[in-house]
Parts: sequence; C-alpha cells; structure tokens
Amino acid sequence: MPDATELELIARELRGADDVGPDAVLGTLHFRGKASLQVAPAALTATLSHLRERGYRFLASVHGVDYHPEEPRLGVHYELLDMESVDRMTVKVRVSTQDPHVPSATPDWPTANHQEREVYDMFGVVFDGHPDLRRILMPEDYEGHPQRRDFPIGGEPVLFTFNEKQGR
Amino acid sequence: MSAKSAYRQMEESITLAPVEEQLADWGGGREREELLTLNMGPHHPATHGVLRLLVTLQGEVVRDIKPVIGYVHTGIEKTAEDKSYWKVIPVIERMDYLSYYFNAMAFCSAVEAIAEVEVPKRAQYLRVIHLELNRIMSHLVWLGTSALDLGAISMFWYCFREREQILDLFEMSSGQRMHTRYFQVGGVIEDIPRGFAEKLEAFLRVMPNRADQYNALLHSNEIVLQRLRGTCPLDAQTLLDLGVSGPLLRAAGNPWDLRKASPYCSYGDFDFKIPVGTVGDNYDRFAVRLAEIYESVKIITSALEGLPEGPHITTDRKVALPPRHELATSMEALIHHFKLVTEGMRVPPGEYYAAIESPRGELGCFVRSDGSSKPARVHMRDPSFVNLQALAAMAEGSYIADLIATLAMLDPILGGIDR
Repeated sequence: MPDATELELIARELRGADDVGPDAVLGTLHFRGKASLQVAPAALTATLSHLRERGYRFLASVHGVDYHPEEPRLGVHYELLDMESVDRMTVKVRVSTQDPHVPSATPDWPTANHQEREVYDMFGVVFDGHPDLRRILMPEDYEGHPQRRDFPIGGEPVLFTFNEKQGR
Repeated sequence: MSAKSAYRQMEESITLAPVEEQLADWGGGREREELLTLNMGPHHPATHGVLRLLVTLQGEVVRDIKPVIGYVHTGIEKTAEDKSYWKVIPVIERMDYLSYYFNAMAFCSAVEAIAEVEVPKRAQYLRVIHLELNRIMSHLVWLGTSALDLGAISMFWYCFREREQILDLFEMSSGQRMHTRYFQVGGVIEDIPRGFAEKLEAFLRVMPNRADQYNALLHSNEIVLQRLRGTCPLDAQTLLDLGVSGPLLRAAGNPWDLRKASPYCSYGDFDFKIPVGTVGDNYDRFAVRLAEIYESVKIITSALEGLPEGPHITTDRKVALPPRHELATSMEALIHHFKLVTEGMRVPPGEYYAAIESPRGELGCFVRSDGSSKPARVHMRDPSFVNLQALAAMAEGSYIADLIATLAMLDPILGGIDR
C-alpha cells in the first residue's frame, strides 16, 4: 500500500498534471493502511489513466455507495491494483442525486462494463459514454434504485395470482 | 462370390445427387451466412444456474454472446444494511453458495480491518483449514458438473463422494453442512471438536489418491482432451483488461494469487505452489483447478500439523462473546453478552475493501461503517460476476459445443453473480 507520504506525492503529481488540474483532487485519505483519492467527476478519466501509468493497471472493483444524508450523496469507488508492487489504491467520486453523471471508465477499462451497469441499476448513477447502460440485476421495467439508503426494505408488494392485476 | 443381395442392389440405386443440387440452389447459399439469435437458458442444464445467454450464431459458429443475469437476485447487499454485523455473516454466506467460508472471510477481514481487531493465530490456522477444505469442495463440484457437461456422468458421483466427506467435516466443526456461520469477526465461533483432527487426517490421506484417479480418468480420456485442448483460449493481457482473476488468469500463465502476493490470514506460513497454465485454453483451466486440489491438501496438512494452541476467537469483549462459564460468575461478562446479543458490536466509522483469493478469483468485500452497529454498505466484488464478462471474448469464433465447455471451465456461480 502506498504510505501517507507517497499518497500526498501522487496527489501533488495529479494536481500538477495538465489534464487533471489543480482543483480536481478534492482530498486524500489514508485509513487502516489503505490509500484513497477523492477527485472531481470531470477529472476521473484523466486520474485513472495517470494512475495506470504509475502501475495501477488492474481495475479490481467498481462499486457504488450512498452517503445519505451527507451531500453529495452518491459515491462511486474504483479499486485499483498494482500487481507488480502489490499496491492498492481507491479513487472516489461523489455526485448528487440531482445530477448523477460520472464519465464512464468502460472505454479504457473493459472490466467496468458490468460493474458500472450494476451501480446504475442500484444507485441511479449515469455513466456518460458507457456503451450499453441498462439495468443488469433488477428487471428492465423496475422503478427506483433499490440500494439507495432511502429506498425501503420490503417497500414493494410481492405479486401473486390474486393481486397480479393491482401490480400492473 | 455370390451375387449382391437384393438389398445391396437397391441401396446402390439410391443417390443423393438431386437433393444436393436442390440444396445448393436453395436460398442461394445464404443459410450459411445468415445470423441466428439463439436463446440459451435461463434453465438450460449446462448454464450452472439460472443464467441466460443470447447467442448470435453463424451456422454453428458463435459470433456474439450477451449474458442476461439477475434471475436469482435476492438483494443480499440491501438486507445486510439492516442487520447487525454478526447477523450479516449468515446472509453474506448465501451469495456464492459453493464458497461460503470465503464470503464470510472477506466480510470478516473488512470488518476486522475497520475495527482493528486482532485475530489469534489459532483462529487464523483454523480459518485456513476450513478455507482450503472449502476450496477443494468447490473445485470438486466444478469438476463433477463440468464433466457432466462434457458427457461424463460417473465423474459427478465420484466428486460428490469426496464432497460429502468435506461436508461431514464442516458439520462436525460447526453443526452445519452448508452456510456454516463458522467464521466470526475476530476468529471462529468454536474450537474444533475432539475427533475432528483424526477425521481430517483420514480425508487428507484419501484425497490425493482420489485426485490421482480423477486425473487418470480425465487426462487420458480422448473425448475430454479433444473437447478441451486448444478450445477458446484467451491471453493474459485481455483477461487482465476484463478484470479476470483466479484460476482463469493463472491458466493463461499469470501466476497471480492473493495468497502468495499479499498473504492474509497466515498464508505466508505455508509452503505451497501456484499451478499455472501456458496458453490459457480450456485444457489449462481444467488442469490448473485439478492441480490446485493437491496444493490445498498440502496447505491443510501443514496447517493441521502446526496448529498453535491458544484462543480461537479474540478476547476483546467488545467484539466477541465471553465464554459461557464466565456468565455465571462475572457481572461484566453478562453485560457484554447482553450488549453483543441485543445490539451487536459497534464499529468505528470508516470504509475498507478487503480482498481474498476465492476458488474463482479475487473476492473483495467493501464495508462502510457509519459508527453504528449495522453496516452502512456491504458490497461483494464477486469473481463470477466479473469473470462472466470474459465469456464472450473467449467463445467468439468457436463452435457452440465449445461454448458449453468454456462455460463449464469458467465456473460461474449464479448465486454469486446475482447476489
């Protein structure tokens, strides 16, 4: 894992890069030995490609988080892995529910395809530039995004034969 | 020589030439170019669960595959947000239903990291024993069902015979055969009972011989070799871009294994090898998993030999239940017991992504804690879910019969994919 100093160096390097910009890195966090960078959604693509050049070539996971009631509510995390020095790094972006747009990582990282679809399905984050952004786990005609914190558990009736007509 | 029989004479008079002529004209030969979309599943027996594949075919050649998933989505991640940490473990185990110890392990690792809980050495060794038993069990189910897909029915019964022995061991240590809830935050729920070690040793003596027999049955089986060798290879770089890990990546020659790369849970103490393939075809995928069974046996053997004495769960009373006998004498133990059972442990706020090597690849668990006794978010990065994306890349341009073999060698578990 990059230690706290190295994380700051990476953040400084990113701030100095032309395509990322000085204001794009919103924060750094070193928690329980794991480094994470928070960046503005607009700088996400450039940040990921810079980190790829530093050796983080494996995108292990893309997942969504709902920070309700904090604002901006929705978060998307990108877990990067450097297989040579066995290093992990998390890149986080935060967007609001009113404007949940994040540039898609799928063109550069094919593995993000299904995982971004899952985040879209569960949280309603729209990935601009995704080749096939559809629901993946929930039915196509489902309304709402069930992993959001304000989506109630058991909030929908189970359809049986006797209440089939009310459901549709 | 006698004259030809009446039947032979009749046979000679039959010619297919007019039919072939007709066929050649029919459709102007277009039927060989036309694309056909075929729906496979969701209940096709070779899909290893409720998986639906929209396959585009040109003749018998696969041109495109679109997997449709979500049929067994049960919202476990959402359910977990409404349960205290120790109650999350039983639901989390039901995601990938063939590697339940791994699911629990990934979740416990993440929570232990956030709460900074130290796991005693004995608990780590007990975890390794059960994890590797689970890996053998998962590979046995894979081997049996894959052989079934290739038409070898008896393999299925042989593999389930050894799987049964492993489930008996699980039942002995935890009381349950599947979804055992054996791993807890801070260690394991109970120490292994008397007689467990002997029974395990007996299994460890038998297992390598059985694996030899499977090797002999399949590795010199001409049909199996023809179905697997050279079919649907994919190189390591494409696999990495698609996020594929585990035996599939190792089959392509990349020796990436989290047990070696970043040893967790005392894996650094054991001597084992990582089987790798060369070209990454179906045969390599098959051979790598079969070889992993031997390595797992080696790990369990040395873990059982070197099993240290000590507590099986952390002695931190804010995390783990106090021993039963203390409740009769200590008021403090009673309070801790009451608080842990009613409310559950509190975890300081934070986020952590813990990754372990499951039988199918990198199994990551992301846990976000908001400081309460329930997790604010639990996400499983399930290897089956990510690996499934590679199916189209593997099977494109091959015959549909090879698609079945590739799907079997991919080893997807739909419970893990849909969660």
